[in-house]
Amino acid sequence: MENYLLAMAVFAGLYALMALGLNVIWGLAGMVNLGLAGFFAVGAYASALLTVRLGWPIPVGWVAAAVAAAAVGVLVALVTARLRGDYLAIVTLGFSEVVRLLASNEIWLTGGTDGISGIPGPGRAALSPISYNLLYAGLVWAAVAVVGALLARLSNAPFGRVLRAIREDEMVAAVAGKRTLLFKVQAFAVGAGVLGLAGGLYAHFNAYVAPDAFQPLVTIYVVLALTAGGTGRMAGAVLGAVLVVALQEGTRFGADLVPGVSPVQAAALRAGTIGAALIMVLHLRPNGVLPEFSRRYGGPT
Amino acid sequence: MLADALQLLLNGLMAGAVLAVPAIGFTAIYAVLRFPNFAVGGMATVGAYAGWVANTRLGWPAPAALAVAFAAGAAAGLASDRVALRALRPSRGGAGGALAAAIASVALNIVIENAVRFVWGNDPRGYDLPVYRDWRMMGLRAGPQQLENAALAAAAMAAVFLFLGFTRTGRMMRAVADNPQLASLKGIDAGRVAALATGLGMGLAGFGGMLIGLDTSIDPLTGFRVMLSVFAAAVVGGLGSVPGAVLGAFVVGVGEELSLLALPPSYRTAVGFAAILLVLSFRPRGLLGERAY
Repeated sequence: MENYLLAMAVFAGLYALMALGLNVIWGLAGMVNLGLAGFFAVGAYASALLTVRLGWPIPVGWVAAAVAAAAVGVLVALVTARLRGDYLAIVTLGFSEVVRLLASNEIWLTGGTDGISGIPGPGRAALSPISYNLLYAGLVWAAVAVVGALLARLSNAPFGRVLRAIREDEMVAAVAGKRTLLFKVQAFAVGAGVLGLAGGLYAHFNAYVAPDAFQPLVTIYVVLALTAGGTGRMAGAVLGAVLVVALQEGTRFGADLVPGVSPVQAAALRAGTIGAALIMVLHLRPNGVLPEFSRRYGGPT
Repeated sequence: MLADALQLLLNGLMAGAVLAVPAIGFTAIYAVLRFPNFAVGGMATVGAYAGWVANTRLGWPAPAALAVAFAAGAAAGLASDRVALRALRPSRGGAGGALAAAIASVALNIVIENAVRFVWGNDPRGYDLPVYRDWRMMGLRAGPQQLENAALAAAAMAAVFLFLGFTRTGRMMRAVADNPQLASLKGIDAGRVAALATGLGMGLAGFGGMLIGLDTSIDPLTGFRVMLSVFAAAVVGGLGSVPGAVLGAFVVGVGEELSLLALPPSYRTAVGFAAILLVLSFRPRGLLGERAY
């Protein structure tokens, strides 16, 4: 039971990281990104491949995961940064499907649908499962704390204010002399990098990556986490992630209680509940539990 | 080599005709409601299963079952739109921002996919169809079922064009798509037109979903799998343009088949994505549509 709770703490931390990444792209800069699963996958595969095939140390793999995903993010942003939101939604959703397609088909690199197994974890051999999970949960939440603090700083810095200005009205930001394209690409790169870091952390915890882990449902979980917690605020992203994992695990037990339901039906019930939860949150609490402070300036004080 | 290419071209044209049906649905909803409604994927699956029930349980032939698929897609689309999406539409200034409805439609897709999975499970299901031998002509092959599907798709497209071009309701829809303010000044009820567009679009998605299923088999992901091709068709043609969606569907359908000359078949769906990127880079309004930014 402790082991299970610790594993859930790890997953909550991973979702928190992803929600933080999305918060930069969507919450601050206002660019919709439905390709989160794709960036998460790029990070997971990058770290897995470098450590398993080339024997690089694990921390270097994590850094590489963030760098690889950020680089892909720059690419996606350069292609899409000028697109309107609805087109951006379509392109990013398509992007994550193409990543999954590549992961399933480039067997020489990714092992195809069999995935990559035997990914090393820090001290997995030496520690008991419980202490290993404890160590990893601490590691992931330390990453959440550091990334969250850095992003909160960034968000209050001039950089974050420019991103908010772009979100509210790109034309006004451009007229104020801001190079909006550059800012949007940077925001995309930072957000994608955090998503990639989450992917790298996931790969080494799970010890195994396969294309099935990067379904669009992952994107829905993260969007739900951020929307539930409150877009624009870093604390909201973290709180939302904890809520999502609680809901995810709560439905696991809930589905077991429904009599006469097969495992496939139970899985369908759980995934359906998550989708319905997102729709409900969008209706009932569109600004989340911790909404962004809206600052009103009444002139110089 | 040339014969291969011609064969692939023919296959692509037949696939394009089928793809055009849900693509028209997607683009018609966008034209009136101004947001990408990703739930077309889910409705395609709903239509495919409704048609499958009519076909295998009631013993109806494919064309009659397709009418059921249209009706089921339209009904499920309207009902779910009312519950899940209507309040979030951009025109209603949903508090979650301009794309709240689009995001909710992705979530709606997951709900629908899993509702289908709950009832019918993950196993693929096949339609009950007479088996014909392929027709051969001038070295080209074509399955009678595929030709029939393409013909049924063409009939559906013709019906849509007649509806939009020559009926009062169809003209009302075009007026709202063109200029909502002007249309409302003329006394056109925007709410009714929105419901019509959703019903028509989701009905076409259901119809298209069953057409796609007729060719192979169906499972809860049937609609999701073609979604990328459907978006590609609509974006390549120009989002919001019905003739554009048809043209885009043929471009994507033929492109996907011709890609087999150079790429393994598993990359077929990536062609749609590449087409989206190409078109958005060089002609952001699509072949026949409005601007993308």
